[in-house]
Amino acid sequence: MNKLTWRVGGAQGSGVDTAANLFARTAAKGGWWVFSRREYYSNIMGRHSYLDVALDDQPLNTFYDQVDLLVAFDDETLPRHLGQVKPGGAVLYDPRFEKIKLAKAGFLDRRIQADLAARLELEDPGIGDVLAAYREEKILTLPYDFETVCDRAGEKLGLEPAKARRAVNTAAVAASLWLLRYPSEALLEVLAERFRNRDVQVLNQAVVNEVYSQDSPPFSQELAPIGSSDGRIYLSGAQSAALGKIAGGLGFQTYYPISPATDESVFLEAHADKSGSVVIQTEDEIAAITMAIGAALTGARSATATSGPGFSLMAEGIGWAGMNETPVVVTVYQRGGPSTGLPTRTEQGDLQFALHAGHGDFPKMVLASADVEACFFDAAQALNWAEEYQLPVIHLIDKYIANSSRTYLPFDQSGLEIRRGEVRPADPERSLAPAPRFVNSESGISPRIPLGTPGGIHWLTGNEHDAYGHVTEDPVVRVERYEKRMRKLDTALERIPIYERYNYWSDPSSAAAAVVVGWGSVKGAVLAAQEELKNFSYLQIRLLWPFSPEIEGILTDKRVIVIEHNYRGQLADLIAQETGIRAHTRILKYNGRPISAGEAKTALSQALGKEPPARLVLYGGV
Amino acid sequence: MAIKFQLKDYKADTHPDWCPGCGDFGILNAIQSSLFELELDPNNVTIFSGIGCSGKSNHYLETYGIHTLHGRVLPFATGAKLANPHLAVIVVGGDGDGLGIGAGHFVAAGRRNLDLLYVFYDNEVYGLTKGQAAPTLALGDRPKSLPRPNVQGKVNPLLEAFAAGFTFIARGYAYNIKELKALIQEGYNHPGLAFIDVLQPCPTYNNLHTKEWFGPRVYSLAEDGYDPLIPADLGEEALSQKVGDFVGKATEWGEKIPTGIFWRHLSPTFEERVAAYTPGYPEVAPATRELVPGGKVAELMEEFAL
Repeated sequence: MNKLTWRVGGAQGSGVDTAANLFARTAAKGGWWVFSRREYYSNIMGRHSYLDVALDDQPLNTFYDQVDLLVAFDDETLPRHLGQVKPGGAVLYDPRFEKIKLAKAGFLDRRIQADLAARLELEDPGIGDVLAAYREEKILTLPYDFETVCDRAGEKLGLEPAKARRAVNTAAVAASLWLLRYPSEALLEVLAERFRNRDVQVLNQAVVNEVYSQDSPPFSQELAPIGSSDGRIYLSGAQSAALGKIAGGLGFQTYYPISPATDESVFLEAHADKSGSVVIQTEDEIAAITMAIGAALTGARSATATSGPGFSLMAEGIGWAGMNETPVVVTVYQRGGPSTGLPTRTEQGDLQFALHAGHGDFPKMVLASADVEACFFDAAQALNWAEEYQLPVIHLIDKYIANSSRTYLPFDQSGLEIRRGEVRPADPERSLAPAPRFVNSESGISPRIPLGTPGGIHWLTGNEHDAYGHVTEDPVVRVERYEKRMRKLDTALERIPIYERYNYWSDPSSAAAAVVVGWGSVKGAVLAAQEELKNFSYLQIRLLWPFSPEIEGILTDKRVIVIEHNYRGQLADLIAQETGIRAHTRILKYNGRPISAGEAKTALSQALGKEPPARLVLYGGV
Repeated sequence: MAIKFQLKDYKADTHPDWCPGCGDFGILNAIQSSLFELELDPNNVTIFSGIGCSGKSNHYLETYGIHTLHGRVLPFATGAKLANPHLAVIVVGGDGDGLGIGAGHFVAAGRRNLDLLYVFYDNEVYGLTKGQAAPTLALGDRPKSLPRPNVQGKVNPLLEAFAAGFTFIARGYAYNIKELKALIQEGYNHPGLAFIDVLQPCPTYNNLHTKEWFGPRVYSLAEDGYDPLIPADLGEEALSQKVGDFVGKATEWGEKIPTGIFWRHLSPTFEERVAAYTPGYPEVAPATRELVPGGKVAELMEEFAL
């Protein structure tokens, strides 16, 4: 076989993440390409979370609706994931769950309880009934006593059950791999790397050996190594973005904790000794943006990271940066909105806000990352563009990407550049005469003057200002300054090559009569669909603002389908605004769950078929 | 050979548009004189201001001037100072800017004890928007700009500064430029976060607390024998006594209004705290470090190797 998806579900705080990490690394060491994604609640401990670890013999950039093997760390996982396992697949669970009634199963939502009761036609169903439903779908239900296995392994080491059961996650991973007849060596290798403490290692090894001491895994599917890890890396979108900022010369990062943006800043803070960046946790997001701008004024490469609610608070600050032509990068990790919304779920609902954040018109750039690797290069690029065009750059990263992890060959950093744009050099005479920071120019760009530059004294103000930065209300100077600022966006479009603004996968086998347009995290699923359907071209927009005029030509006289994670079709609206072309079909998803390869394929087939709907809403995922 | 600057070097070409008789002129004068007396190179001086009449101050001085957003002057200045610790950073702002909309940042600044000077223009009203009540206007007070007496209570800036963690707390008076200059210079030289609450009569809107009203009431703490210094090794009892003295003076108002330094002690500055975990800081700082594409990423990538 060349594909497999393993899913682990359980209560937050019970080691679900650790288990997924172990499984992913073990498979990756065997040459498998891995794509994993994580769903979790806005909660510290107890509520449900699950991870998919999808394996493929080719690099994989998406996930599938149904999984081959589900491991349940708790009772709640079983009812939640009914219908999510393929016929012919299997589910591993602790037999102690069978007697539990759904009404008492963890934090199971009432809606799910009601739906299941209706489906099973039982008033007070239990886990046993749910398991029977799995079997009806031709799924193997395998009771596996993880705790007793740990106890046995622990006994041989003279350890009490309480201590031995700390390795229960390892037992679950080992049981999964044993079931698939995957050699235990790779898992033992990963455990040795992950757990440095000798006692912990010994226990975990013993548990693995105990699991593998059983004969005859009762499952028909097999997984074998197909090679080696071959120098590959495994990292998440948030880690990739953080590394990209470091690669791009980040000097100063501010943050206020907010899901799902905090990971990036915590990583930067933890590695400040290597990165050389100063990372500051601020008292709120308004301080985060204004402090970042203050640092940027000194010539430091400066950024902040936040999510929707924090981004709302930053609007005024972003406007000041735009008015004062100050480079600053704002990384916005998109999550479900509006308001507090869905703090830990994915969405693409902040595009229009990003385009318009801050009253009045001022130049800003908006770019969106398509996958984990893109986060790295986009983060570095954002720092360059901010300084070259002297404006705020808003970098949108969907939660789905931030919390997905992938194997990659090491990123090719050979093309990385640090481009600082036009900067006024220090005057060796240290003149006290003020310098015209905002002098007019054809490109709209005037040399930046970091604070403290000898010979560069000038003023900065949110008010309209003259070339030296003094406040003015003169109508003539006002128009000149405004046009100078806005002109920078035209300059950016002239100078930034097309392939950095958007990417186009044309499909030669179709009459290329249909173009699907997407942005951010939909790329993986759509390209997977394109491989199978072969009847559309795909346009992925990376730089959303300034908007590429060439896009109008690409979409003219085509059937246009826009696919995105928000209620209205914010990109579709932007395209209509900029080109006059209205999408024929908007494929929309706003339930907080990502679009899978299968879901994209089904939706696109419908959108490309006879009588396509104008609006097609997707509901997949749990 | 040290470059000698002249007093006029610190004055910008722009004409102040404050009302005649405004206390801001006195503060401007004191700042300009202080920069001169401290012999600071204007090229290295950055004056951050908030929004309001006070916000215009830096446009009248010939140094780098950063006129920020209402209530946000402290975080702007903090970012700049941290990114380039070699800059001379002076922060000016009004009472509404600092303890109304900016109150959150005021407290946060105190928690950090960054090495900078904050000059607080205290006139009890929002001048530029035509005289609304500011956080320093007392309950029941009714300057001529208000249609009815103030319904909100006032904060005590000195106590607020103390509670937040400022390590140099002073009060000046816009019409005692000699004393104000000295306070500005002491505050600037203080290693840590310095706060000067400057009584600044607003002749246009505040007819309650005018130059004539303040004149006979203000008196110098130093001349009165008050010692604001808190030595590092002060015992608990003595410290408690000092705190009590401070509160007594900080809450003194009405017939007698003390000016001068109320509190002064040393505590690790924010720069020192950051330096403890940032290699090379502050000699190597975000503003001036050399950038190499990729940086140490190759090393960091090892963490993600399989």
